[in-house]
Amino acid sequence: MTTTVTTPGGTAGPRAARPAPSAPALLRARRWLGRNALRIYGAVAFAYLFTPIAYITVFSFNDGGRSNLVWRGFTLKNWANPCGAPEVCSAVGNSLKIGITATLIATVLGTMVAFALGRHRFRGRTATNLVLFLPMATPEVVLAASLLTLFLQLAPIGIQLGVTTIVIAHVMFCLSFVVVTVKARIAGLDPRLEQAAADLYATEWQAFRRITLPLVAPGIAGGALLAFSLSFDDFIITNFVSGNVNTFPKFVYVSAQRGIPAQAYVIGAFMFFLALTIVLVADIVRRRRAPK
Amino acid sequence: MADDTGGDLHLRDVTKSFGTFTAVDDLTLTIPQGSFFALLGPSGCGKTTTLRMIAGLEEPTAGSITLGERDITHAKPYKRPVNTVFQNYALFPHLDIYENVAFGLRRRRAKDVDKQVMEALALVELPHLARRKPGQLSGGQQQRIALARAVVNRPHVLLLDEPLGALDLKLRRQMQIELKRIQTEVGLTFVHVTHDQEEAMTMADTVAVMNNGRIEQMGAPSELYEAPSTTFVANFLGQSNLVTGRRIAADAEAVTVLCHGQTLHVPVSRCGTEDVDVLLGVRPEKIHLGGEAQEVAAGLNSFAGGIVSDASFMGVSTQYLVRLPWGQDLTVFAQNRGIGEQYPVGSRVTLSWEPAHTFALAGDATAGVESDVAVPVG
Repeated sequence: MTTTVTTPGGTAGPRAARPAPSAPALLRARRWLGRNALRIYGAVAFAYLFTPIAYITVFSFNDGGRSNLVWRGFTLKNWANPCGAPEVCSAVGNSLKIGITATLIATVLGTMVAFALGRHRFRGRTATNLVLFLPMATPEVVLAASLLTLFLQLAPIGIQLGVTTIVIAHVMFCLSFVVVTVKARIAGLDPRLEQAAADLYATEWQAFRRITLPLVAPGIAGGALLAFSLSFDDFIITNFVSGNVNTFPKFVYVSAQRGIPAQAYVIGAFMFFLALTIVLVADIVRRRRAPK
Repeated sequence: MADDTGGDLHLRDVTKSFGTFTAVDDLTLTIPQGSFFALLGPSGCGKTTTLRMIAGLEEPTAGSITLGERDITHAKPYKRPVNTVFQNYALFPHLDIYENVAFGLRRRRAKDVDKQVMEALALVELPHLARRKPGQLSGGQQQRIALARAVVNRPHVLLLDEPLGALDLKLRRQMQIELKRIQTEVGLTFVHVTHDQEEAMTMADTVAVMNNGRIEQMGAPSELYEAPSTTFVANFLGQSNLVTGRRIAADAEAVTVLCHGQTLHVPVSRCGTEDVDVLLGVRPEKIHLGGEAQEVAAGLNSFAGGIVSDASFMGVSTQYLVRLPWGQDLTVFAQNRGIGEQYPVGSRVTLSWEPAHTFALAGDATAGVESDVAVPVG
């Protein structure tokens, strides 16, 4: 943070010219505030953003018993035994399974859609763009209700509410996000690079594999991470279409009514620090590769 | 790939249309093996499209392209022994310089990749940059790498699409010499597309001037300059003075033309038209400027009664604009050899030149003048 913030009390002139010792206290306070306002504002903003996370982290060490609302003392037993509360780990396991499956399907499909939209002109291209945007714009609870209706219609042909329906629903809303992310990356890609590859004896597949894919990869990875976090996080749609399958958000929601076990806080804090670690590692790798 | 028989590159009746727009119109062209061939023309004349058809990046609407005995009209770009230096270089940003240069060799599973890559980098004098990424190189260095990446494959034909367009003047001059050296060294056929007439003339053995999808004239640079066959070429390659006239007589050697009351002669071999109405042309540096009273030697073409309307001293020469009695300005370049007289603005002068430096053309006097040669794009 720089100290170039203009002081409201004085001019931008040389400091020595100011009669500093005789300045009244009020003026001095104003000047101090002027110089530090940005820092204070930043600190408040970060506090606002991170208080809930700090709270979760701290309370994951709480020796809380059934309800984890009041601080009763420090313990490591929640971290030592994250599966201690009934159903926590099976719910997390379901969430991971669903998240990974939905992410894989949505990423592959979304990348293909993005290439079609970004690289080709065809009938219905504009319409496709619009349709892809709709799931992002539609209120989630409306989507959830209509998906439930749809899946109930499908029951006679053997599709029961459960992991399959959750995955189908998650792929549906993740797809748009993957398409948008990957498409942005493709739009920034010079089509002449592929032509240059073809000119240098690369077949269509080799040009894609060696040139296009590596260059679009950051977009695909970004889309996949977004899809996973959306899927892992989702409560509303999942709650409608899951039948009796439990996921982590559903577990937390249900247990909130009778006291959330500390293990949920452990999982939450763990997910946060895992994501943080991934971001940091990615950043370090990127810096290492960047020009010296 | 260089060991199977190469041969000349032939384009026969090649046409390329984009919708209703004809970019290349019935083009027939032979580019001899080992030559440095330039396609010169203003932007939008179809030169880049022609190049892309040779590379296989566009498919001709009609006609055929053959390389030696082999018909490559519809061959995929990666199946042609042809490589391109792209206008913006199109280096692969995620691969380092070494891998960029090795790309073509690896795709063809060539042996001695390392040796060949280092040789190509040595040819462009940048072997020390092998492990850098393209983004870390200057424009001139990227240009050389793009060249190395193409040359390393020893294609039969190397295509260069305005390769020097993005470089500043000094670097461009340097690269012109460099390109010419490399071409002589590796002995490949170079097809160079440019809008810069000076670049085309300094580098190429043969220049084809293109306009509106057709070739206006093709030949050695000096031939095009000294004896342009169309007004477009006369104006696009250097500057020309074109004066309207009427053919009044002709014998076995010379055609006599009446220009604004003055009888002028042009050799039959330099008369490109049978029409009665002709345009007589002469290059500005061929004209001799004399004082009003000065006698013009017998047998020279001349215009009397000119008034100097502008004189710009340019160091090696002085560029005069001379207003003739019928209101037309002719350009004259006078060498500063320190022996001729300087003529200030307002001086009355007589212009004279050798009939052998005169050429006669049909058509529109303004075709190809600088003002309609737009700044080049893509």
